[in-house]
Amino acid sequence: MDKIKIENLNLYYNDFQALKNINMSTQQNKITAFIGPSGCGKSTLLKTLNRMNDLVEGCRITGKVLLDNEDIYGNIDVNMLRKRVGMVFQKPNPFPMSIYDNVAYGPRTHGIRSKRKLDEIVERSLRLGAIWDEVKDNLNKNALQLSGGQQQRICIARALAVNPEVLLMDEPTSALDPISTLKIEEVIQTLKKDYTIVIVTHNMQQATRVSDKTAFFLLGELIEYEDTEILFSTPKDQRTEDYITGRFG
Amino acid sequence: MRSRFDKELDLLNNELIEMASLVEKSIENVTQALIHKDVELAKEVIEADKEIDNMENNIEARCLRLILQQHPVARDLRLISSILKMITDLERIGDQAQDIGEILLTLSKQNFKRDLIYLPKMAEATIKMVKESIDAFVNSDIELANQVIEYDDVVDNLFVTIKDELITLIREDVDFGEQSIDLLMIAKYFERIGDHAQNIAEWVVFSITGEHAGERKIQD
Repeated sequence: MDKIKIENLNLYYNDFQALKNINMSTQQNKITAFIGPSGCGKSTLLKTLNRMNDLVEGCRITGKVLLDNEDIYGNIDVNMLRKRVGMVFQKPNPFPMSIYDNVAYGPRTHGIRSKRKLDEIVERSLRLGAIWDEVKDNLNKNALQLSGGQQQRICIARALAVNPEVLLMDEPTSALDPISTLKIEEVIQTLKKDYTIVIVTHNMQQATRVSDKTAFFLLGELIEYEDTEILFSTPKDQRTEDYITGRFG
Repeated sequence: MRSRFDKELDLLNNELIEMASLVEKSIENVTQALIHKDVELAKEVIEADKEIDNMENNIEARCLRLILQQHPVARDLRLISSILKMITDLERIGDQAQDIGEILLTLSKQNFKRDLIYLPKMAEATIKMVKESIDAFVNSDIELANQVIEYDDVVDNLFVTIKDELITLIREDVDFGEQSIDLLMIAKYFERIGDHAQNIAEWVVFSITGEHAGERKIQD
């Protein structure tokens, strides 16, 4: 089932066209990877999926992005959209507060006050982020005191705490060591059964390891969108082949 | 940007071609040894197998190193995985040439009950298959690879002909039973060489298209 459907999407930063007539769908409970050289538009496209580009001055969008068949650029509550479509960034960015408060932050802003309820959400989210066992005895510790890999898993837990439907991840492991990277990748795999995930990655091995489908972008265009295994073994477009085999990019 | 990787792939290609030419030479030599009852040549074939085994080890090591260092994808991945499979088939062909050579050490000293007609034909057909499968690889020639795959039927039919003839021979003269079985084993080895050449041709098709010719045949 299509969770997100992108139709004739164009995005401009003032006069510069960063995305050119993108048409694609991401399926529910699947992991979709966006790959392509720097400046190809993959992160820009990711940000259009929860309207993060609204904050960028001079940004103009035409076309549609449908979440469960509803246009997110139509008459919609953006805060609710961002609750449904969460995001994890490249650099771990926990708030300068306790682990508990980091994860409870979102639910609190959505009006949950019950201590028992918040405890439940915090534990469930930290478990989903595969970091519960490491922090359960130190929930009052400042999140900034954790390692980079742990911080990123806190950020994943924080994003999950508001119970989103879609999780967007913008190069979530590029600042992490290999062990932390593998842990995050395992988290991504286990989250798949409950969430729809879109991940931007520069690491093509990561795309092959974690994603079901991969989209290759070049100069703002979607060049090829295929099952990951097919795209990395028998790409149809010469530009995809040249990029993934390191012949340019 | 990837000049080192490309250089390594060129080396890999050259090594595979070199290994294939050693294997071709072995089956040609063992065929000559069979026809001319040349024990010395048979011994050469037996000896040459060590070199073929060494080459297999070297190529395999290079493939594994490239997988480790370069994380190949797309046509690079197909090429390296195909080469890994092809060298196994080439090495087996080398073994079978050696096995024939070993039979010839004793068989060459005997008088044949009848002149060999079909066995040299079969040997010639398998040599053609091996040569053309490697040519198909070198030139990325799918059509030639498919011809090799089809041609295996010719070799298989020759095997059946030889088997029937040898059964008749044993019926006629039981004293030639042992010789007949030796000849049947040689025919079987050639038949297996044909199968390995067919495998190589299938890997050639896979490395170019990503589709395994064997799978297509099953689906058909």
